Amino acid sequence: MSCSRRAFLKDAVGGTLASVLPLSAFAFLSTEEAKAAIAGSKVRWAFLVDTIKCIGCGMCVTACKNENEIPFDAPVTRTWVERYVVTKDGEVHVDSPLGGRDGFTDNKIRDEEFAPEDITKAFFVPKLCNQCDNPACVQVCPVGATYQTHDGVVLIDREWCIGCGYCIMACPYGVRFFHPELRVADKCNFCYHRITKGLQPACVQSCAFGARRLANLEDPDDPVTKIITTERVAVLKDEYGTKPHVFYLGLDANVR
Amino acid sequence: MKRHVLHPLWVAIGLVGLIFLGRMLLVPDDFGVHGDSFTYNYHRFSNIQEWQEFPVKYQGRDSCTECHEDNVRSIRRSPHKRVECENCHGPSGNHPDDVEYLPRNTERSLCLRCHAFLDYPNTARAEMPAVKDRLHKRRRACVECHNPHDPREDVE
Repeated sequence: MSCSRRAFLKDAVGGTLASVLPLSAFAFLSTEEAKAAIAGSKVRWAFLVDTIKCIGCGMCVTACKNENEIPFDAPVTRTWVERYVVTKDGEVHVDSPLGGRDGFTDNKIRDEEFAPEDITKAFFVPKLCNQCDNPACVQVCPVGATYQTHDGVVLIDREWCIGCGYCIMACPYGVRFFHPELRVADKCNFCYHRITKGLQPACVQSCAFGARRLANLEDPDDPVTKIITTERVAVLKDEYGTKPHVFYLGLDANVR
Repeated sequence: MKRHVLHPLWVAIGLVGLIFLGRMLLVPDDFGVHGDSFTYNYHRFSNIQEWQEFPVKYQGRDSCTECHEDNVRSIRRSPHKRVECENCHGPSGNHPDDVEYLPRNTERSLCLRCHAFLDYPNTARAEMPAVKDRLHKRRRACVECHNPHDPREDVE
């Protein structure tokens, strides 16, 4: 049997490739599966808050607390409503008693009453997690307990969180808090268990005024995405570079 | 090498080995980078599934329609058409399987969330049909006179 140098090299390279390729394909299978799942889902969740429509009833806060099992009377909440009253002397008065859980039913802000003729403007601003593209809270987590999903939502692994509180400090929007019962960090996740089933977040569903709406930015036919892309929307604290994904219609410069 | 050098060296190597062994046993298999970024996508993959399985409590008006068609129809015709059933009756959860009767929140404070008059210029709040809490039938429940399913109707 003759064996030329050329044939030997061919067989050697071919044989090596044949033995290595299936192995490498096997080794990367799980990652590929994960990648396929990521590429397959064309979803990027975002949120639209219409501050002009909000009347400060606080039903969203009540619904959120019930839905997400956040202790009802504890001073922590995943979403909250702030009231801004700007008076003629240029002062800005802000309050959010219990996060606006029981609504705003009187004119008093910290026992100070404002006569209608002294008010230049007043409005309500619902706030929630911005599900940032560059979430500062995720960067600082020392244990990998918080992360961004492929559809843009930042989640917290309650099993893995050690409760160090770095993320609570890192969030420029102050949306994170320490869950008093579970002893872990907690925050709004757009009701991830609802939106992945095709339901609306609890706060969106409970809002009778259409002030809160969920959008899928990857879907150009989504009516809320159309508003975000075609109308004049603003985000909170753009200067932090976190790329927040909660968009506001009618946002006032006094809102911090 | 002398023994007094080798001994602590073996101990050190053993400790490092123990740390790696412990890490192997404690860190779940699905812990790793699931996405493009080590910074943002480093996590336990099954946690996504765990969050998706979180129980839903607010089922929405469509699920109420299945049994309470009359009530849903009446509120849909009223100025309260945009108010969800569960805003006043509480989250239905697995009703009627676990909780047979849902509560009715008939408190004045619930109505006042929207209908307490706040004189804020140029806001939707100032345009709401509203009362001044201190001046209108103080401490009486609103539902004594107003039908919440159709507030245009009076209660006999």
